[in-house]
Amino acid sequence: MSLLNIEDLHVSVNGTPILKGLSLRVDAGEVHAVMGPNGSGKSTLAHVLAGKPGYEVDSGRVEYRGEDLTEMAADERARAGVFLAFQYPVEIPGVNNAYLLRAALNAARTERGEDEIDAVAFMKLVREKCALMSMDQRFLNRSVNEGFSGGEKKRNEVLQMAVLEPTLCLLDETDSGLDIDALRVVADGINTLRSPERAMLMVTHYQRLLDYVEPDFVHVLADGVIQMSGGKELALRLEADGYDWVRRESAA
Amino acid sequence: MSSSSNDVEDFVGQRYRHGFFTDIESDTVPPGLSEAIVREISARKNEPDFMLEWRLAAYRHWLTMPEPEWAHVSHEPIDYQAISYFSAPKSDADRPKSLDEVDPKLLETYDKLGIPLHERARLAGVAVDAVFDSVSVTTTFKDKLAEAGVIFCSFSEAVREHPELVRKYLGSVVPRRDNFFAALNSAVFSDGSFVYIPKGVRCPMELSTYFRINAANTGQFERTLIIADEDSHVSYLEGCTAPMRDENQLHAAVVELVALRGAEIKYSTVQNWYPGDEEGRGGIYNFVTKRGDCRGDDSKISWTQVETGSAITWKYPSCILRGANSVGEFYSVAVANNLQQADTGTKMIHIGPNTRSTIVSKGISAGRAQNAYRGLVKVLPSATNARNYTQCDSLLIGKSCGAHTFPYMEVARSDAIVEHEATTSKISDEQLFYCQQRGIHEEDAVNLIVNGFCKDVFRELPMEFAVEAQALLNVSLEGAVG
Repeated sequence: MSLLNIEDLHVSVNGTPILKGLSLRVDAGEVHAVMGPNGSGKSTLAHVLAGKPGYEVDSGRVEYRGEDLTEMAADERARAGVFLAFQYPVEIPGVNNAYLLRAALNAARTERGEDEIDAVAFMKLVREKCALMSMDQRFLNRSVNEGFSGGEKKRNEVLQMAVLEPTLCLLDETDSGLDIDALRVVADGINTLRSPERAMLMVTHYQRLLDYVEPDFVHVLADGVIQMSGGKELALRLEADGYDWVRRESAA
Repeated sequence: MSSSSNDVEDFVGQRYRHGFFTDIESDTVPPGLSEAIVREISARKNEPDFMLEWRLAAYRHWLTMPEPEWAHVSHEPIDYQAISYFSAPKSDADRPKSLDEVDPKLLETYDKLGIPLHERARLAGVAVDAVFDSVSVTTTFKDKLAEAGVIFCSFSEAVREHPELVRKYLGSVVPRRDNFFAALNSAVFSDGSFVYIPKGVRCPMELSTYFRINAANTGQFERTLIIADEDSHVSYLEGCTAPMRDENQLHAAVVELVALRGAEIKYSTVQNWYPGDEEGRGGIYNFVTKRGDCRGDDSKISWTQVETGSAITWKYPSCILRGANSVGEFYSVAVANNLQQADTGTKMIHIGPNTRSTIVSKGISAGRAQNAYRGLVKVLPSATNARNYTQCDSLLIGKSCGAHTFPYMEVARSDAIVEHEATTSKISDEQLFYCQQRGIHEEDAVNLIVNGFCKDVFRELPMEFAVEAQALLNVSLEGAVG
């Protein structure tokens, strides 16, 4: 049984079809990259899997660990181990970064029937993860994403991922807006989270993140369906030749 | 509101269906207001002549005043002749004998708020002495205050024991002719709190109405007078986070604060009276006049309030910055849910030189509620180098509520610095989804965001009050989203 099994998925937003029969299997331990031109439905895929309101699943199936993911609310999915690293993390004024993270961790622990983590153990855990992400601990006492630079916001997303230890990580354009140093830090963080129990689905427009986080599989999404799948060499060809040849080839 | 909260309200609301005081006990005067009633109230309280004269003057003036209509609220006309203006504390025979006789839903709410067991009994109106012995706590408390020379007693006791202080300061901040409701209060006030902090004394503990004997039954026309003598300091806590059972629909309290040279008064309120049912029926009308006078140089008065209850709130805790270098502060969270209406804010009157004031107001509207901030910053020609900073934020939850801001500024000096910042925001779907995507339940996510919004005010509250206020906010907004 695959960790994630998407079959013939059709999704529309406000009546406009975006995904038009997408199928994809992701097994534990694998890293998948979904690439594609702007407007191809990459972010839609990440949002639909995370359960964002406003997306209508018209037909098809999404199974996560054998369960129908579309039947679960967004917070249930999260507690079941589905994590979305946002392309544009939202600011929440007055809410302490560490506080949000602890609330999130405890929600997941309570769901699993575990005790809530106490403040001391939590701070120890978070400090370790901060070091991993080369993040200043003062970061934890700032309001969630408020006044963060683009790079800080993305690092914060990966920090949260490191603390919550999800099973399925969805990374939505995590490389966008990062300079090369920040990209390296974020990629290092992602790489340390690779494990045989965990799968990652990276949605990206450019190949450059894949220089640092090497995918096992690369898929090309265009016009709402996976047009082509391959290994990491596919990403390099896309970088060199653009996306048009994929369309021509799959049409042929 | 969730179904359980409605049940609580239903329970509290039952008391209102039968109107006011249908069975006249011997200790209750008949409904209606007249000079004879004012005399009766004063006589029953064995007041000295000066108090009776004061009440009568207020009553006569009240008769000439029209009821104010400028507030952004609407309600049925109040029949002042249908209200009974004096009621002695309920006898224990009328109260529940123990918590077993109290509605379990009300207890559930206390549980959510983390109210200690003995507190629950008092709040639910259980005859307190039957449940726990409060005498020892109160005695220890009184001894400690007496040692410091602090006077903290009921208003009636102050009239009897310290008439010279009452006479000197009563009405010196809120004159009996100040406004319609203040005049009414002045004529018929039942009881309240009196505090005097002597020169140079830092009150050894936070003063809370909880410790005042018979605090639960001071009634609808409460009068509070706090005097901080030179270089003294006091922190006063009013109210309670738990829903209060109350038989009176109209509340018109008056609070007067006097800070002499170098004195500091910090006044914190958490108000959670019955807001009425979902249609707004039966809730309490809370028309309060609160004013502080920084009478001496270098004095400071700070108001912090968390208002979640009442059907209608009409309240503007104000500071008269008379002394040179005096400081006024106002920190407020006002929550309105369902059909609640709140028109609240502050007045900062700069009279003395180098006076400073800060206003931070956070209004939260949910359901079909209307929430208005109304504030006046006035700088008189005598107030050289006056400074004011006002921050006024509104948060909307849902599509059917409203937030309104009425800032008034009257600045008579060119060297004054008056700043006003205002924002209106909604809990965005993006913020909610972000929290939920991290695994946080929707209701917890709303609480998290709302508490973040109120942080600037909560951190002004005394520690344990702040914790209670957060819990209260969460309960008040249950079911506000979704």
